[in-house]
Amino acid sequence: MSVQSEGAPAHRPTFAALSARDKLAKSAPFLLLPVLALVGLALIGTWPTWLTLTVSGLAMGMMIFVMASGLTLVFGLMDVINFGHGAFISVGAFVGISVLAGLGDWTGAASLALNIGAVLAAVIAAMAVTGALGWGFERVLVRPVYGAHLRQILVTVGGLIVIEQMIHVVWGPDEIFLTRPEMLKGVTLFAGAAIETYRLLAVVVGLVLFVAMRLVLRRTKIGLIVRAGVQNGEMVEALGYQLRLVFVGTFVAGSTLAGLGGVMWGLYQEVITAGMGEEMMILVFVVVIIGGLGSVEGAFIGALLVGLLQNYVAFLAPKLALVSNIGLMTAILMWRPEGMLPVVRAK
Amino acid sequence: MSEPILTLEGVETDIGRYHILSGVDLEVPRGQVTMLLGRNGVGKTTTLRSVIGHWRAKSGRILFDGQDITRMPTPAIARMGLGFVPEDMGIFSDLTVEENMTLAAASGPLSPKRRDRIFAAFPPLATFWRASAGTLSGGQKQMLSIARAMAEERRLYLIDEPTKGLAPAIVSTMAAALRELKREGASILLVEQNFAVARTLGDRAAVMEGGRIVWTGAMAELATDAKLQSRLLGLSVEGV
Repeated sequence: MSVQSEGAPAHRPTFAALSARDKLAKSAPFLLLPVLALVGLALIGTWPTWLTLTVSGLAMGMMIFVMASGLTLVFGLMDVINFGHGAFISVGAFVGISVLAGLGDWTGAASLALNIGAVLAAVIAAMAVTGALGWGFERVLVRPVYGAHLRQILVTVGGLIVIEQMIHVVWGPDEIFLTRPEMLKGVTLFAGAAIETYRLLAVVVGLVLFVAMRLVLRRTKIGLIVRAGVQNGEMVEALGYQLRLVFVGTFVAGSTLAGLGGVMWGLYQEVITAGMGEEMMILVFVVVIIGGLGSVEGAFIGALLVGLLQNYVAFLAPKLALVSNIGLMTAILMWRPEGMLPVVRAK
Repeated sequence: MSEPILTLEGVETDIGRYHILSGVDLEVPRGQVTMLLGRNGVGKTTTLRSVIGHWRAKSGRILFDGQDITRMPTPAIARMGLGFVPEDMGIFSDLTVEENMTLAAASGPLSPKRRDRIFAAFPPLATFWRASAGTLSGGQKQMLSIARAMAEERRLYLIDEPTKGLAPAIVSTMAAALRELKREGASILLVEQNFAVARTLGDRAAVMEGGRIVWTGAMAELATDAKLQSRLLGLSVEGV
């Protein structure tokens, strides 16, 4: 097994230590979160208020992340702008809430296990329906318009409108009010502040999802294929992988996550409407853009920034709350025009 | 002689409005290195891309080990045991060298034996195993690209200009690795502009001109016939 490599130069590279500036630049987006939290603490002044606002902001951010994570992957891997994503959020919420309504005995019981069981059933049903819907959506609407952005926007907005109207047909035109399961209604006292239990649950779910997605993308072969496919799909196929299947799988996964986000958001707001997904899409797009197209980490940080900022500003200067997200997007894009951690370079 | 590993019969391929291949007939024998030669723009890369299915042949037939692959999707062709090294190397630059190799071993984990063999042929890949492939030099990227093709047992290698733009020291590393592959009995279809490399590696040669094969024969014959070289390849004197 001796291979002549007479021409190969000896490689003994030395690695220069990164300068403090380079190190900082790499992790700067991650540092934005604690910086924002500290600035918030300084301006708000009182610990319990700050803690309540922070947990609330993190919870909101986590839910936005759940909705945005699928979209950023679809964006990055398939170069598809899918406005129909909002419809999956709404459908997820309606299916999930319907299941919860059907499990009234479980949600009404003062048992955490039964309550969580009911929410779990709702989530699974919502994800199954939105996953199937996403599969059909990709097949019928998106497949003919790969590579054509303008057509993607037109066709997916059309799909969004049709699905919203279908919700009106099935569930009626009115908004639906709901109450959370018994044990998720109250507050938990923590470090001197009263925090809604449901928000803690949302934070945990978001964190678990983030870690799981990172593991899948970094440690599994599917993740490798997705990351390689973002860069050079042709070569991935030449290595023997069916990129088509990976595309469809990613689209379906993104749709199921939208469904999960829809259920979580519905339970958070305690009211659902057919247009709720469409309304969320503005925040979701802001998060995907400031995070950097295709980046799950970027979307995670972006979503938490949006959530925190919105809650702080709403408390400190309520009138500014409406523009805070657009302001954040402007600031970040002036700093990093391709978003914080771009995976896909602008084409 | 046994049946060729790859046969092209009257293959025509268009790219957009451009007629690139106009009836390519080519046989790649088993266990030999076939050099695909010719001036720039005569259709060598298009021929390789038509075989792997990146560009579809409009007419004609492509047989791989006796099976018609003309209309087969690219992943299926690759899974039949075809290792492809594209002209642009096709490196996944955001992934590490290790991750590039993991992907290349499509049907299972990269065996330690193969990994060691690759390290022996291309020592820099061992050094930069966990580095991002985007940070490699041009020569190292080319090594990685060939190493990916060697990550599994392949029935045929399609290699497009492995020495393009490389320093002479790296060129001889490439040539040594390809010679090793050849010694193991691999079947290779190799596009190569560097005639000095081509004459040492090739068993057979096929010369393209204007989208078709205009000459085939033993490499030794072409290597010793300066007039033929000059006529077919525009090489002056006895080829570098």
